[in-house]
Amino acid sequence: MIGVLASVIDGVLVGAVYGLAAMGLTLIWGVMRVINLTHGAMIVLGMFIAYYLSKVAGLSPYEGIPIVVVVAFAAGVGIYWIAVDRVIGRPILMSLLATFACNMILIGIGTALWTTSPYNIPVSLPGISWQGYTFTGTHMMAAAFAGLIAGLLYLFLNHARYGKAIRAVASNREAAELSGIPTKQVLAVTFGLGVALACAAGALIATLFPFTVLSGSNYQLKSFVVTVLGGLGNPAGALLGGIALGLVEGLATPFMPVSWTPIIEFALFVIVLVAFPRGIFALSRG
Amino acid sequence: MTVSTDIGRNDLDGKSLGEKNLGEKIPAFDIAAPRRVFPALIVLFGVLFALVPYWGDDVGLRESFLLAAVYITLATNLNVMIGYAGYINFGNIVFFGLGGYVCVDLVTRWHWPLVAAGPMAGVAVSLLALVFGSGILRLRGAFFALATIGVNEAVRQFVANFEPWGGATGIYLSFDAYEPLGGPMAALWTVYFLLVGVMVLSLLLSYAIKTSKFGLGLLAIGQNEDAAGVLGVRTPRHKALAYSASAFFPAVAGGLFFFKSGIIEPNGAFDLTLSIEAIVMIMLGGYGTVTGPLLGAFLYEELRGYLLTSPTVSQLQLVIAGALLLAMVLFAPGGLVGFIHQRWPRSRIILQ
Repeated sequence: MIGVLASVIDGVLVGAVYGLAAMGLTLIWGVMRVINLTHGAMIVLGMFIAYYLSKVAGLSPYEGIPIVVVVAFAAGVGIYWIAVDRVIGRPILMSLLATFACNMILIGIGTALWTTSPYNIPVSLPGISWQGYTFTGTHMMAAAFAGLIAGLLYLFLNHARYGKAIRAVASNREAAELSGIPTKQVLAVTFGLGVALACAAGALIATLFPFTVLSGSNYQLKSFVVTVLGGLGNPAGALLGGIALGLVEGLATPFMPVSWTPIIEFALFVIVLVAFPRGIFALSRG
Repeated sequence: MTVSTDIGRNDLDGKSLGEKNLGEKIPAFDIAAPRRVFPALIVLFGVLFALVPYWGDDVGLRESFLLAAVYITLATNLNVMIGYAGYINFGNIVFFGLGGYVCVDLVTRWHWPLVAAGPMAGVAVSLLALVFGSGILRLRGAFFALATIGVNEAVRQFVANFEPWGGATGIYLSFDAYEPLGGPMAALWTVYFLLVGVMVLSLLLSYAIKTSKFGLGLLAIGQNEDAAGVLGVRTPRHKALAYSASAFFPAVAGGLFFFKSGIIEPNGAFDLTLSIEAIVMIMLGGYGTVTGPLLGAFLYEELRGYLLTSPTVSQLQLVIAGALLLAMVLFAPGGLVGFIHQRWPRSRIILQ
């Protein structure tokens, strides 16, 4: 019983990081109705920036996160102007394909640079032992950082002037434009923010598991599951959805082979999508 | 015919139908003529496609054309969903992989002849698609697109854990399996001709759907689903049928392809990349047209072959494909055929 509890707690800690990644995806969807298919590549970008910061500059991934966020924001704004700006307001196929094309380009470049062999960032933090189970320090630290960043995003969106502008554009772009908000700039900034969240989550995940250039697609799918659980376009729901997914993973691990976990996740994904398209925590219409 | 072509293209272009058609003169020609000529052209194309490598006895060319035939089949059927109904299916490859598994299983375990196992795989997968479709087709737009990825991944993970189908290692075909077709060498040619047949049938199906009332209903759904429903299109049934129909030939092609490969395993069978590449082919050629996916798939296959063999760029194959897709999406969303139609309206007689 305690073994199950320990597994669930561990799952929830990792789930908070998935939630952070998914917040990036859901923020972009909520504001500009674009599903960012570069999401997985961006998570991997975060992993590799953290890797080089720790290898070359000797920074721990936690110290490196501000740098990851800044670089990722710039990358996101760049992608927005190159690929996304022209497809805003066009049929959904076009934005899906445009971001997917960027994804192909980035993964292709990444594979040429780093091959597909596994990398990892060695981090050692003291864990907490309890009743013979050890909760690893890295998992708790990652969850704490995920919570911190999510909290900062919440403060920014609800209290900062620019955050309010983002929410205004999300609810009605024309009205926002009429009120004097430079909506194009807001869209670019939002895309940058979404990408920064994905990269920060990637840097945190890199402290937990080994990664390759191709790991992104796996975490991208997890982000889809999480956003669907939380309701597309709902950042708070994304964090809850991430924790819910972690809970499911943690609960499943003691009872069945690990290889069955993805089946449960995807089955959950499709069922929730069909049965509750607005998410199971639907607070507001996405 | 011309009118329905415009509906398909304008919808995804995001331009309104009226504004486009007012400025454009619809060329005067015998409406019935393409209906007689076009299917004959497709069959002629298929015959040439099958015979060119055979006359030259060129095995390398056959392999290249075989892959092209698979791509054309995948892209043409996917286009029924994407180009006609406007539903983006990222997980179309699930039909290809499942068809492959069913067919290989029937041949190895139950010793069915290939010509029976292939169509059987198609029927089984089409029925399954009808079941999947009735669930996920309640979703629209981006939600549907995400769900199709979920379906493909769920099926891939399930098959990877499904022991009767060999789990993660997959199923190997022994050489005995090729004996009924006259040994491995002759079997390769037989499979090639069968695949070209599947390709031709796919193109004919695509044309038949497009010129039918059913197809008009699909194009209306792609334009505006609610309006189509109000005008009497039974949208749930239309969508489910289109989804199921777009599963049949990819499944048969998967069966033939993996029979020819001699091995089927989950990562190769449910490769999401191939699914997306099929979308690239459709965009390259022009969605919502019959010849677009054909041209796009053929060009893409030739390009890919060139990129893979050229030593300087082989590593950057993905980058070039991505850049190509991005350029098409941003600057030429109508694809090659869309461009030609705009330039030379009369070309619609041949380039449906």
